[in-house]
Amino acid sequence: MNYNWNWGIFFQPNPMGTGTYLDMLLSGLALTLKTAALAWVIALITGSLVGVMRTLPSKGANWFGFAYVEFFRNMPLLVQLFLWFFVLPELLPKGAGTWLKQLPNAPFWTAAIGVGFFMSARVAVQLQAGISSLPRGQKMAATALGLTTAQGYRYVLLPMAFRIILPPLTSEFLNTIKNTAVAITIGLLELTGQARSMQEFSFQVFEAFTAATILYLLVNAVVVTAMRFLERWVAIPGYITGK
Amino acid sequence: MFGNLDFDVIRRALPYLFYEGMTFTLTLTFLAALGGLIFGTALALMRLSGLKILGRIAGIYVDFMRSLPLVLVIFWFYFLVPYIGQWVTGASRPISVGAFASSLITFIMFEAAYFSEIMRAGIQSISRGQPAAASALGLTYAQTMRYVVLPQAFRNMLPVLITQTIVLFQDTSLVYVLSITDFLGAASKVAQRDGRLVEMYLFAAVVYFTISCIASYGVRRLQARIAIIR
Repeated sequence: MNYNWNWGIFFQPNPMGTGTYLDMLLSGLALTLKTAALAWVIALITGSLVGVMRTLPSKGANWFGFAYVEFFRNMPLLVQLFLWFFVLPELLPKGAGTWLKQLPNAPFWTAAIGVGFFMSARVAVQLQAGISSLPRGQKMAATALGLTTAQGYRYVLLPMAFRIILPPLTSEFLNTIKNTAVAITIGLLELTGQARSMQEFSFQVFEAFTAATILYLLVNAVVVTAMRFLERWVAIPGYITGK
Repeated sequence: MFGNLDFDVIRRALPYLFYEGMTFTLTLTFLAALGGLIFGTALALMRLSGLKILGRIAGIYVDFMRSLPLVLVIFWFYFLVPYIGQWVTGASRPISVGAFASSLITFIMFEAAYFSEIMRAGIQSISRGQPAAASALGLTYAQTMRYVVLPQAFRNMLPVLITQTIVLFQDTSLVYVLSITDFLGAASKVAQRDGRLVEMYLFAAVVYFTISCIASYGVRRLQARIAIIR
């Protein structure tokens, strides 16, 4: 292979004047984590609401939950980001559209919201599966105790369901982190984006992508380990994984 | 709100969008699913082979691919494939690989990791008595897999495999980062040429949505049919 390896490149100053190339990648990593964190908050909140709606006795709520999930699941994430970024400001009333376009950090907010809503459909599906995996006796017992539907979900169903779906939620969280890389297309300089611009500035393709790969693997390992602990901590007594 | 939109731009772009763009997207989806399934099955068989080293190699490959963003993998292969080609053919300089070949290799390698997990679950869902009966009949390992285990595993997992293919169909839009003319790439090129981002992206969204919706409706029907048989 006639490729000029230069691993020292990471400690050379980058052309943006923000320190070394390594600093550039690390700032990308920070942005990836920030975007993923905000997106995950959005995904958890809206996903939980929609997931609960899909299990409610009301037909209307069921239908809304179904339509919501289908809507966000059947379009590529990239197309969804384009809709949020290019299309939404044009369809809003003029003032709001202009405000949206001039927002500082527009790629960041768009990425967090776009990835967040995209992932919320997946969270909703997981939560629905978790709630319906509970024995029906749980819901009935809640009713027999005189709890309202809201109380039944708050004190009986959700605390169980969330703990059961913790493992699949972990992989959805990892997907959220990975999906922020799609935001490179709307100009977000997250980890993949920074690796790409490092490659363009320095022509050291493989060093840049190797570093980004290692950073992604590290993040993955940290999240998986942390979630193992969390899983053990909240395990339900009496279940196979319980204490 | 939709007052100053020009939907005629879509009608004029239709031949380009579908002949160039959608053909690329669908061919890529189909070939990548096929290749991914073959490689994925091989990986699953390696993992379940009982040979520790083979299992480890397959496991590391799958975990590795699954912890990277697809966009990064697309970039990796885009730059790596010419060097691999040079190494394989013994050429004196990195060979140029077309956009289609490069993205096809990327998606096969990437999807193999996901398909292998599905096939592994499918193989494990088959009861122990089946391979035992096969070897009692005197079938070799290869024959057992070919005639007994894999056909059933494939049938059981068909809905999941198709669902993964729908995901793959949506993911192929990411070749946009290499400025390739897939369906979204074609829409985006027209959008930028004519300054009609809103119309073109809305249309692309509707097309992706319709195709995926029809396909996932088909999966639900299929699942219902299979559920009755079992």
